[in-house]
Amino acid sequence: MAHTRKSQLVDPLIDNNPITLQVLGICSALAVTSSLKVALVMAIAVTLVTAFSSMFISMLRNQIPGSIRIIVQMVIIASLVILVDQVLKAYAYEISKTLSVFVGLIITNCIVMGRAEAFAMSNPPVASFIDGIGNGMGYGLILMTVGVIRELFGSGSLFGITLLETVNNGGWYVPNGLLLLPPSAFFVIGLLIWAIRTWKPKQVEEREYKIQSVEAH
Amino acid sequence: MEGLVSLAVKAVFVENLALSFFLGMCTFIAVSKKISTAMGLGISVMIVQAITVPANNLILHYLLAPGALAWAGFPDVDLTFLGLISYIGVIAALVQILEMVLDKYFPPLYNALGVFLPLITVNCAILGGSLFMVERAYDFPEALTYGVSSGFGWALAITAMAGVREKLKYSDIPDGLQGLGITFITAGLMAMAFMSFSGVKL
Repeated sequence: MAHTRKSQLVDPLIDNNPITLQVLGICSALAVTSSLKVALVMAIAVTLVTAFSSMFISMLRNQIPGSIRIIVQMVIIASLVILVDQVLKAYAYEISKTLSVFVGLIITNCIVMGRAEAFAMSNPPVASFIDGIGNGMGYGLILMTVGVIRELFGSGSLFGITLLETVNNGGWYVPNGLLLLPPSAFFVIGLLIWAIRTWKPKQVEEREYKIQSVEAH
Repeated sequence: MEGLVSLAVKAVFVENLALSFFLGMCTFIAVSKKISTAMGLGISVMIVQAITVPANNLILHYLLAPGALAWAGFPDVDLTFLGLISYIGVIAALVQILEMVLDKYFPPLYNALGVFLPLITVNCAILGGSLFMVERAYDFPEALTYGVSSGFGWALAITAMAGVREKLKYSDIPDGLQGLGITFITAGLMAMAFMSFSGVKL
């Protein structure tokens, strides 16, 4: 049992990552990663919501009628997100302003819904809780990686602390402005997927069409 | 009137929900393999968006905003913290109703859109549209315009994306980049193209 618990926690990090393999929860991954601090807050929020919603849904799984399960799941998730939103507004107002609508959008973040539907509906509460934490961390890992790349090379700092002195401030580093703009998130995640799949060739998708090799005459 | 036109153009091009706010990305990536399905989904998103944004606008102004319940004799009540749960409730309910109405009165349309309708409840573009409406304090005509045009923008983006992907499947892509990876990079290039609209001031 201990072994499966551990693999439940570790598997979603690389082997079965929600973003790069299951294609879940991409919206926020792209939008909130231009600074590391915001990405970290978002990762923690999503992990907590996923873990607790999976736990509660799993506790109720035998009572929820099949036909209205989506609405029941939505209500549970939305209540948790309101909690997160209110806490952020009270204790981290600046960050909650930067995140703007993306806190509310955790409700429709497919990771939360996806894990509730795929795992929590058929597993006991503790396992669901751990599964939620694991997937939240997998999401967080990608978010932080993208955040580090974008903030370090885009503005030369991490967590707002300057590491590479930029030219404007009399340093030597010419920041790459593209990385602060939205499209760069697509490129960074695309290249990240390439890197992960080169390392783990099992994840490579099959081609629909193969190029026929032509013999030279 | 002029304000509404510029709002519409802005919502379609400059602030495209899919390509500059990354909303509805999960479905955007998952359902953009064929033009016909992408267009079907795009149209259903547009319809749902055009109904839910104004509906949530009414709910905000007559039920949730501070002092909104004055007509019922509760002038001091502020229910804005219930916003998220009400919006998602409205969206889920409206999608369900739309599904039933289409099934009864427009069977061909229902058969074409049927599979996508439940997906739309969890499409962040829909909830995102409502949340932007709240954040930017639109009034009712603005909300209606914003709903229609932002939905259209999303439909435009996913159809264009499907067009690119239909051609892309014939090309020789490195193994690791095959599928998801190249889709992200294509979306990035499209987002950059859409950024050129950001200089447009109306």
